[in-house]
Amino acid sequence: MATTTHEPPKIDEQPERPRPTRNSGNGGWRNMAPADGRLPAVKDYSPPPASTGIWVVIASITMTFAAFTSALIVRQGSSLDWGHLTLPPILYWNTLVLIASSIALEVARKRVGAFMTGPQPQAAKPTRWLYISLFLGLLFVAGQYVAWTQLRSQGLFLATNPNSSFFYVLTAIHAVHVLGGLGGLVRVIRRLNLSILRKSTLDATSYYWHFMDALWVYLLLLLWMKI
Amino acid sequence: MHDIAKHDAVVHHAPTSFIGKHVFSLDHKVIGKQYYALALVAALVGMVLSWLMRIHLGWTNAAIPGLHLLTKNGAPGDQMTPEFYLQLMTMHATIMVFFVLTTAPFAAFGNYFLPIQVGAEDMPFPHFNMMSFWVTFVGFLVLVSSFFVGTGPTLGGWTQYAPLSALGEVGGPGEGTGVVLWALSIAIFCVGQLLGSLNFITTTLDMRTRGMSLWRLPLSAWAWFITSCMGLTAFAVLMPACILLILDHVAGTSFFASSNIVINDQMQPHSGGSTLLWQHLFWFFGHPEVYIAIVPGMGIVSHVLITNMRKPMLSHRVLIYSMGALAVLSYMVYGHHMFVSGMNPVSSLAFSFPTLVITIPSTIVVLIWLGSLYGAKLRINSASLFALGFISMFIAGGVSGFFLAQPSLDIMLHATYFVVGHFHLVMGVAAMFGIFAGTYFWFPKMYGRMMNETLGKVHFWMSFVGAYAIFMPFHYLGLAGNVRRYQAFSPDYMQPLIPVHKFITVAAIFTGVAQLVFVYNLIHSRFWGAPASGNPWQATSLEWSTPTTPPPHNNFGDKLPVVYHDPYQYGVEGSAGDYVMQASPEKVSTAHDEA
Repeated sequence: MATTTHEPPKIDEQPERPRPTRNSGNGGWRNMAPADGRLPAVKDYSPPPASTGIWVVIASITMTFAAFTSALIVRQGSSLDWGHLTLPPILYWNTLVLIASSIALEVARKRVGAFMTGPQPQAAKPTRWLYISLFLGLLFVAGQYVAWTQLRSQGLFLATNPNSSFFYVLTAIHAVHVLGGLGGLVRVIRRLNLSILRKSTLDATSYYWHFMDALWVYLLLLLWMKI
Repeated sequence: MHDIAKHDAVVHHAPTSFIGKHVFSLDHKVIGKQYYALALVAALVGMVLSWLMRIHLGWTNAAIPGLHLLTKNGAPGDQMTPEFYLQLMTMHATIMVFFVLTTAPFAAFGNYFLPIQVGAEDMPFPHFNMMSFWVTFVGFLVLVSSFFVGTGPTLGGWTQYAPLSALGEVGGPGEGTGVVLWALSIAIFCVGQLLGSLNFITTTLDMRTRGMSLWRLPLSAWAWFITSCMGLTAFAVLMPACILLILDHVAGTSFFASSNIVINDQMQPHSGGSTLLWQHLFWFFGHPEVYIAIVPGMGIVSHVLITNMRKPMLSHRVLIYSMGALAVLSYMVYGHHMFVSGMNPVSSLAFSFPTLVITIPSTIVVLIWLGSLYGAKLRINSASLFALGFISMFIAGGVSGFFLAQPSLDIMLHATYFVVGHFHLVMGVAAMFGIFAGTYFWFPKMYGRMMNETLGKVHFWMSFVGAYAIFMPFHYLGLAGNVRRYQAFSPDYMQPLIPVHKFITVAAIFTGVAQLVFVYNLIHSRFWGAPASGNPWQATSLEWSTPTTPPPHNNFGDKLPVVYHDPYQYGVEGSAGDYVMQASPEKVSTAHDEA
């Protein structure tokens, strides 16, 4: 069994580091001063769990909507009761609103990045674009509600036919995920105001938000082609 | 090189209140124990349900004292009705598959030991981790509550095939509220598992300490990582299926309920639903679920065996590749559960081929175990015995899978007890033996006390003999044409088989008593067991390097360990004996440092 003798693999020795405190390891961002005035050293380690975690979340949601898509295609192909449903035109406006929200968030991300990496803290925190993104997101959800109301006024309810069933299910499940993203945006704004925002948190939130955008465009195309 | 700096996302101070410490705890170790306790309770409930079913199958008209307490209408005079038998069968299977076989080897042990084995303080999202347990717990309560609501739990089996499951109360007792509670419970369970998978994957990828490359992860950690990847994709598909099923009940949709169904001369209102759609969605989850239950056991058993063999497996990497191959292939074979659904014969072949292919990584794993055991001076203890039992059950149950993988044979055997014997051995008993192996092995680290070895060995031999006495005859019954899911065997050709069922019932009660020995050992050892040292098995991985036993709140005290070796440096000259710890910088004399 024992055939060779060797030294243990070399591990790059690094100086002992203090126990981490909040705001450490901030991806190269300057740490702002939290309420208690501590200014911990910046540590740039990779990758922060949120960066990986958000892709795991996106993979999971992708599988969920793949299952819904599969269900829609199978249900349509195996039935004789599949009709046609005219999509409410407001959906197209909602799409533009959601895309605008993504653009606003991207602008916000750049502004926050510039603010966090600048030499000195600026007087005003760049929350304006985050609020714009949040507002547009809320507007999207409200627009989806209007679309449901318009369908109801046409006598198309959840159980009226399989087309309407899938329309309501897909748009509602997507809206629930959008609400989750809005919660993430609120968290980002809150943490920015408290000077405890981490770069990975903002990045993960923005990736999620852009994914919601892409997912909605995909769903709209699916509904437009199949419903 | 991974940075040794701790992630501040996981830095949370030790709780001081009882609620924070033992109930809504963020500590992965407490959450792991909570999962284990839930699985233990669920296993006892599931076992009692199986006893009731077995007694009824052996002595169909026997009155079972107190049975009426479980049901409003299912046990007049404490005699089980056919419908109540099916309800018990459904609940037994659902509880065991979801809340025991998924919960214990993956969520319980994985939660407790994955962060420690990678050298981390905790999982990266402790709040999500806490939520994952409590969501799972609520799912269990919702499921069990169906015993006491309306006409009781659903009788449609754990597969909940449509259209029966989508019709509502008209389909039979429990097919209304019972199905809704079942689907709600499973949807909730899916949320818990998705949150858990998120933590497991990010822990493995992002939280490893310095020197802990992926190849230096113990096999158990690899198994939990692979399982979490499967869980992420499988439960994400089952959840929408459950949502659609619930809508068929509460919103009047027709996703799964098909047209022209007449029950009691009443035309049912549904139209156009696809019954096969449910099967596709369910089994796309269902087959990976088999591996979600068994792969953690493979990792645990490998970890236990290596420690007791005092030498590594023939190949660390091939074993990991094989577990990964099982995970990938598990998504390609799900259609073999649907050979009798009327699918195109070409489709049957398309699913049959990967089903036969998946036996290759399974066989490789078994051969690595057996080849590694050959010539090893195995330490015989409760953990290693259950590990050997796992291999035995996995082989015995897996061999019958060769038969069932072929559509022409499966069509004959599918609805018989042959299938019951197959999946109970390969998925149920094998996974349970993996749980027991992990329990006897890790209990000293979890509680700082040793379990009683004599009782452990009694538990093993009773369970080993009992399990074979129960499940091997099932194969014989199946080959004799004994149909499964029947509550009584009235056809003439099945009458001669009833004595076999009586024998199986006695064996089931015998095996159940063995589990009571285990529960006694568990509770007694928890409080009065002999104190355990920090590394009673002379093992090498990081869970045995914690400064205290049980580990402190942050696992490693003030300084995270640095890893210098692969996880299984046994049979070498180390300062502590024939092994070198992963975190020890000392020289190694071995040919086995693969990392």
